[in-house]
Amino acid sequence: MVEPNVKDELFDTAIMDEEAVKGFSDPAQQERPRTWRLYWRRLLKRPAALVGTVIFCFFLFLAVFGPWIAPYDYEKQSAELRLATPTLSHPFGADQFGRDILSRIIVGTRNIFLLGGFGTAIAVVIGTAIGLFSGYVGGSIDEVVMRLLDVLLSFPSLLLALVLLSTVGPSNINIVFVVAILYIPMVARVVRSMVLDLKNKEFVEAARVRGETRSYVLFREILPNSLPPLLVEASMRFSYSIFLVASLGFLGLGVQPPSPDWGLQINQARAFFAIAPWVLLFPACTIAVLVIATNLMSDGLRQVMLPGGGRN
Amino acid sequence: MAAPASRPVFEIEGLCVDYTTELGVLHAVRDVSLAVHEHESFGLVGESGSGKSTLAMGAIRYLAQNGRVTDGSVRLNGVELLDLPDRALRALWGAKIGVVYQSPLSALNPSIVIGKQLAEVARQHLGMDAAAARDRVHEMLTKVAMPDPEAVTKRYPHQLSGGMLQRCVIAMALMTDPSLLIMDEPTTALDVTTQAVVLDLVAELKREFDSAILYITHDLGVITKICDRVGVMYAGEFMEQAELKELFKRPLHPYTLDLLGCVPHFDPTPQKRSLVTIPGSIPRVDQLPPGCIFAPRCGFVEEACTQARPPLVAVQGAHLSACRRWQAVPPPAEYLRAATEAVREVQTECVAREVLVAADDTQVHFKAPKGTVRAVDGVDLEVCVGQTLGVVGESGSGKTTVARAIIGLTPRTSGDIRLRGDSLALSTAKRPRSTLREIQMVFQNPDASLNPTRSVGDAIMRPLALLGGLDRRQAKDKALELLASVSLPASYFDRLPHELSGGEKQRVAIARAFAAEPGIILCDEPISSLDVSVQGSLMNLLMKLQVEKQTSYLFISHDLSAVQHLSDVIAVVYLGHVMEVGDATTVLTPPFHPYTEALLSAVPLADPDVKQKPIRLSGSVPSAMNVPSGCRFHPRCPRCLGDVCREQEPPWRVGEGDHRIYCHIPLDELARLQAETLVLDAEESA
Repeated sequence: MVEPNVKDELFDTAIMDEEAVKGFSDPAQQERPRTWRLYWRRLLKRPAALVGTVIFCFFLFLAVFGPWIAPYDYEKQSAELRLATPTLSHPFGADQFGRDILSRIIVGTRNIFLLGGFGTAIAVVIGTAIGLFSGYVGGSIDEVVMRLLDVLLSFPSLLLALVLLSTVGPSNINIVFVVAILYIPMVARVVRSMVLDLKNKEFVEAARVRGETRSYVLFREILPNSLPPLLVEASMRFSYSIFLVASLGFLGLGVQPPSPDWGLQINQARAFFAIAPWVLLFPACTIAVLVIATNLMSDGLRQVMLPGGGRN
Repeated sequence: MAAPASRPVFEIEGLCVDYTTELGVLHAVRDVSLAVHEHESFGLVGESGSGKSTLAMGAIRYLAQNGRVTDGSVRLNGVELLDLPDRALRALWGAKIGVVYQSPLSALNPSIVIGKQLAEVARQHLGMDAAAARDRVHEMLTKVAMPDPEAVTKRYPHQLSGGMLQRCVIAMALMTDPSLLIMDEPTTALDVTTQAVVLDLVAELKREFDSAILYITHDLGVITKICDRVGVMYAGEFMEQAELKELFKRPLHPYTLDLLGCVPHFDPTPQKRSLVTIPGSIPRVDQLPPGCIFAPRCGFVEEACTQARPPLVAVQGAHLSACRRWQAVPPPAEYLRAATEAVREVQTECVAREVLVAADDTQVHFKAPKGTVRAVDGVDLEVCVGQTLGVVGESGSGKTTVARAIIGLTPRTSGDIRLRGDSLALSTAKRPRSTLREIQMVFQNPDASLNPTRSVGDAIMRPLALLGGLDRRQAKDKALELLASVSLPASYFDRLPHELSGGEKQRVAIARAFAAEPGIILCDEPISSLDVSVQGSLMNLLMKLQVEKQTSYLFISHDLSAVQHLSDVIAVVYLGHVMEVGDATTVLTPPFHPYTEALLSAVPLADPDVKQKPIRLSGSVPSAMNVPSGCRFHPRCPRCLGDVCREQEPPWRVGEGDHRIYCHIPLDELARLQAETLVLDAEESA
């Protein structure tokens, strides 16, 4: 029973040794790995994360250039192609109106990225502001803010999204705001925990000792050091937002027809699943691939930027 | 103790250990040999990164996943460990090989009571049943002088103090009567008075048990207390190996000589001398120089030293040295005189009676759920212009909180703190810029004191712009000047903190503190997390800058030898209160406060010839939530008088100069009691 502890300690010594070796290197001959280059080097050593990043970038490319890449017009209906099986000319087949599924998926990518992306971005900005403020001020204000966020977190996210959207009505802007509202508490919590960790660090105290203003301390001393975990959290949130937007589409509260939307496509294909499963399978698989890829990427980011479980 | 002629218990021959890292394969330990006999302890000394832990752990094949033993032979009782199958090796670990680590808290499982954890070792490795194991645990805890072993077995690790825990870990390691005991910095995390008790214990256990001890430490003082033979490591190789006394009396390698010179010696002369410094830094193990690996930093280097690497050979009997010029290495005393210089005179008088910072009956109390923590409980201090006030005390003495109250990071609850006679506002937010500028601070942890995302230049320029009112160009020029004054090259201006070593970061922090041109700098343990050679060069730097800029220091440390080296006036604090204050020389000579006396006798001096009177404190520092009545030191005081100490606050006894002692025992009585008890005379040791 001594062993597990001993092993831990030992691992630490080994890491320390390695760092000590690095630390004592002669500065004159030392190459100077900048932080981002170091991250890149570590990323290259993690194949799963690399694959995730590549797939993610591929989808990003589709989102930007989709309409020009898509082999067919996503709206063009054709009676003879109704529920056509996948062929070389229509690799993913066609749907109940004879529209090319591949083209609809490609063009639909942009929607997912825009809705999820903007939603996440707003959540990150507002969540960061709340987290920074609440964590730094502390005391009863912090307590109140965090409990309010807990209230938001205690609702199942899809349920909350449905309630909000059915109240204000489905539209692209509303979806963006719903995503943002759902993710603000999560981002705020991550940032707050970073602030709590950093605000008593010596370099922050040094800033207070020389009379820096509160906003300088927050935005110049604390925020830059919270960026790695924040970036990891943002990429996680983004991958979940893809899920959420697709789910909303499936439930009919997302992008309205005839715009191409993956969730909507799946919903409409349900009726034909027995005779034409590809109409449902391809959009579903696409969602799965993108979500998994984004997850792999954010997991990779975590390992690359926060090795050792967030030790900073 | 002379090495017995018997076969060594533990032998390492030509051991090589590699690590596979992001930098490629590193040869962390290269061709290293040593032997340890029964009842003997071998001390492995070296600075961090010298490979001492890697050597010990590699020898018992207990390396991290990226570590590998590539060559050599390791024999324990004649059994070759490197050829042993994993299963057999695992059976040896814990049974024949015991390990004691630096942090006792992480070596024990926090969710299992001590007794159960220790008993498990006995059941696992000795095949005992529950009752026998319990008896064995009791026996072992008694052997490590644990007060009330029965109660301890029922406690969880967090309920015990660091010293008690370390005793439990030692008991655990010795449970199976191992042939080899590896102790990796076992006292580094402990307070000096606790360290002294644990060292006494290890020295005693060494005689009692048959184990061979491999003792790893960076502290030359600790080595003298328990080791018989010492190996000095540098960048993965031995530089020198010798019997303890011989190594200290007549080192035959320049690195050992330099290491001995880096450590401040107790020296009650009115002159502040510099310490020996070793230029440069330990080379990375994949960038070793072609010749002698120490040659680039060596003061005795010749052309031939850089050509071929000298082997470690016996130069005088069992004295091994890896220096080809060992005959040119001078005796330590001679070298010390030549390599160091007098920097300034001790300044005990206030120049023109100008008091810079004064604290009057300052208290800092914290509200806790179960009462009030009296972290600082009535402290009076005075720092004069250009003077260094050393504050020494163990952890929990409130010395850091005093500094934080002065600078305004932790508001004081009562009392007054004045800067040049004017009362200071409670917190930094309420102080004007001119006041903020006057008081600066250097923090303990170099890794946290610089913002990781800001360059060195930015860090130094910010106070110049904010407090000095300089524009960008002026600030940059001044920052480069400051970098030069802390001996860092201008190329460091654009570097980020993670590209700097600990010592370099602390130099930047010192430059940043000086940037504001302060009247006083509060140094909160600025060197305690650094290697001895780096500590030495930083102390030199602090002294040099003080002379140049006429700055005052409040130097806080738990390390009495560092404090006495830098300070003009010393204040000894215990549990939030000053126990003794006076000129450095008067504090270090009798009469002492009994607490100062205990501290002095606990400091491990790097000189095996000095016999320190063993004055040991029982127990540990009480909680500041529950300060003892009367004299707060009475429960641990070896000279406690009885009821008067328990019930009445002691008076201040004033001696010559401004020497004041907070004790019930009159000064002449203290002087009489202490006259024969302490041998700290520098002459006698020479």
